Amino acid sequence: MSATSPTITLPGPLPLDGGGELARVEVAFETYGELNADRSNAILLCHALTGDQYVASAHPITGKPGWWERMVGPQLPIDTDRYHVICANVIGSCMGSTGPASEAPDGTPYAMRFPVITIRDMVRAHVGLLDALGIDRLHAVVGGSMGGMQALSLAANWPDRTARVLVIASTSRHSAQNIAFHELGRQAIMADPRWKQGSYYEGEAPDNGLAVARMAAHITYLSEEALTGKFGRNLQDRDAKSFGFDADFQVESYLRYQGSGFTRRFDANSYLYITRAMDYFDLAEEHGGRLANAFAGTDARFCLVSFDSDWLYPTAESRHVVHALNAAGAAVSFVELSAPHGHDSFLLDVPALDRVIGGFLG
Amino acid sequence: MSRPANGLRPDLAVIAGQIEPGSRVLDIGCGDGALMLALREKACDVRGIEIDGACVERCVSQGLSVVQGDADRDLGDYPDKGFDYAVLSQTLQTAERPDRMLGELLRVGRRAFISFPNFAHWRTRAALMLGGRMPVTRSIPVSWYETQNIHHVTILDFRDLAAEKGATIVRDWYFAKERPIGRLAANSRAEFAVFELAR
Repeated sequence: MSATSPTITLPGPLPLDGGGELARVEVAFETYGELNADRSNAILLCHALTGDQYVASAHPITGKPGWWERMVGPQLPIDTDRYHVICANVIGSCMGSTGPASEAPDGTPYAMRFPVITIRDMVRAHVGLLDALGIDRLHAVVGGSMGGMQALSLAANWPDRTARVLVIASTSRHSAQNIAFHELGRQAIMADPRWKQGSYYEGEAPDNGLAVARMAAHITYLSEEALTGKFGRNLQDRDAKSFGFDADFQVESYLRYQGSGFTRRFDANSYLYITRAMDYFDLAEEHGGRLANAFAGTDARFCLVSFDSDWLYPTAESRHVVHALNAAGAAVSFVELSAPHGHDSFLLDVPALDRVIGGFLG
Repeated sequence: MSRPANGLRPDLAVIAGQIEPGSRVLDIGCGDGALMLALREKACDVRGIEIDGACVERCVSQGLSVVQGDADRDLGDYPDKGFDYAVLSQTLQTAERPDRMLGELLRVGRRAFISFPNFAHWRTRAALMLGGRMPVTRSIPVSWYETQNIHHVTILDFRDLAAEKGATIVRDWYFAKERPIGRLAANSRAEFAVFELAR
C-alpha cells in the first residue's frame, strides 16, 4: 500500500492495553485549513473502520473524493477557513500508519505478529501525533462510528486534550450483534486459502475473503428501507432470472462491486485487527464498570447524534452514553436525526446533521 | 406590561429575571431554547431536555446543550442538587405523573421554577359550566382530543401538591392576558401561574 501523507514517527515505543508495546510507530495524517497562532483551532477528526486520513482530498489508490468532502472544507460545517482539521490513519490500518502490513523490526511484515490493539491504543497514537504537532488542547474531537469510539476514548482518557467531543452514530461498547457480524467477516478472511495465517504479503492477498467480509459489513451499514429503495427486487442487466448463481439481482451485483472495490484499497489483516479493537471496546469496563466514571470531572462539551434508521449503533446506544454524561454532570447535547440511509447516514446528505455539527462546533 | 424587549413569554421573562447570573440551570421541556438563550446571556451554565427532535436540532444549532429525551423517564440520571435551578415551564400538565416530576425537580435543583396554565381561570370554568364542553381558550388552545395536557391543574391544586411534596413556595406570580396580576382571587383570575419552590 502506498502512502503519500505526511508521517511522523512517535518518539518512543507505544505502550499497549494488551500488555507490551509497539517498538516503532509511524502515524500518517492529513491536515486541512491553517493552524492559528495560539494553536487553539485544531479539530481531530477520527475515521471509521475502513476509513482513512483522506477526509477531503482524493484517495491515492482509488482516486475517489475524500470520504467527508461534503462536511469538511471552506464554508462547510467543519469550516477549514476557521479550523485546522487533522485526520490520522489509525494504527493497525494500512494507509501509512503502522499496522500488520508494516515492517517489523526484523525487516519483514508483522502479519499476525502484530499485537492486538484497542481503540484506546489507537487514540494513544493520535495523542502522540498531537504532542508532535504541539497541540495541547483541541477545539474538538469529531468522529462517526469507530471514529466516535475514538472521540469518546480521548475524552475519557485524556480529558484535558479537548474542549468539545462530537460523537456521531456510535457507541460506548460493542454489542453481541456487533461482535457477531465482525466475527463473520473475520472468519470469511481466515477461510480464504490465500490468507495463509496472515503471511500472504509475498504472494496473493485473500481478496475473496476480504470481499465477503466487506459485503456482510456493508449490509449492516444500510437500512432495509435504503436497500429496498435503491434496488428492490430489480434484476441486473437482464430481463429474467437466470436460474443460476450469477448476480441476477441488482443488490447482489452492488454488493459484489462493493466487496471487490474494497480489496483494492484495504489490507485483510488490518480488517482483522481493527474489527477486534472495536469488539474489545467497552468504555465502562475500562473505568470500573460504570460509564459515568469515564467522564467524571470532564469540562468538555459533548454532542451525540444518532439516526433513527441506524440498526448497527441504534439510538439506545447514544442514549446510554448521554445518561452517563448526565450522571457525570457533563454539558451534553443529544439528538436523534431522521434519515433513511441507516448507519451510513452520517456520511450522506442529511442537512440537519450539517446544522447540528456547525452549531455545536460554533 | 407588554412583552419585554427580548421577546420572552411572560412566564419565561419572570424566570429569567429571577435566576442569578452564573447559575447552573436545567430547563426541562426547553422548546426552542428561548429561556436558555436568555440565561446564556447572564453567563449561566444551562442545560435543556426536550422531546421534540426539531426543537432539539434548533437548540443545538445555536450551540445550546440540549438532550433529546423524555422528562418522564430521563430525569432520574441527573445527580442530586446538580443544578441551582430546575425549570419546568408549561410542561407540568403534560407529565405522566406531575407529582413525581415535581419531586424530581426538587431533587436535581436547589430551587425550582414551575409555570402552568390555570384550569380554574373563570373563562375555563365558564366554558365548561355554560358551554358544557371541554374548554378551548387562549391559555388552553388545543381541543381535548389532541391536547398534550393530560393533567389539568389549578393554582389551588398546585399549592396542595407543593405542600404534599414538602416544598416551600418562595414566590409566586400570576398573569392574565400576558400581564401580571395580583394574588387576590388568582385561582379564578389568572390564566397562568409561575411558582418558585424550595425544599
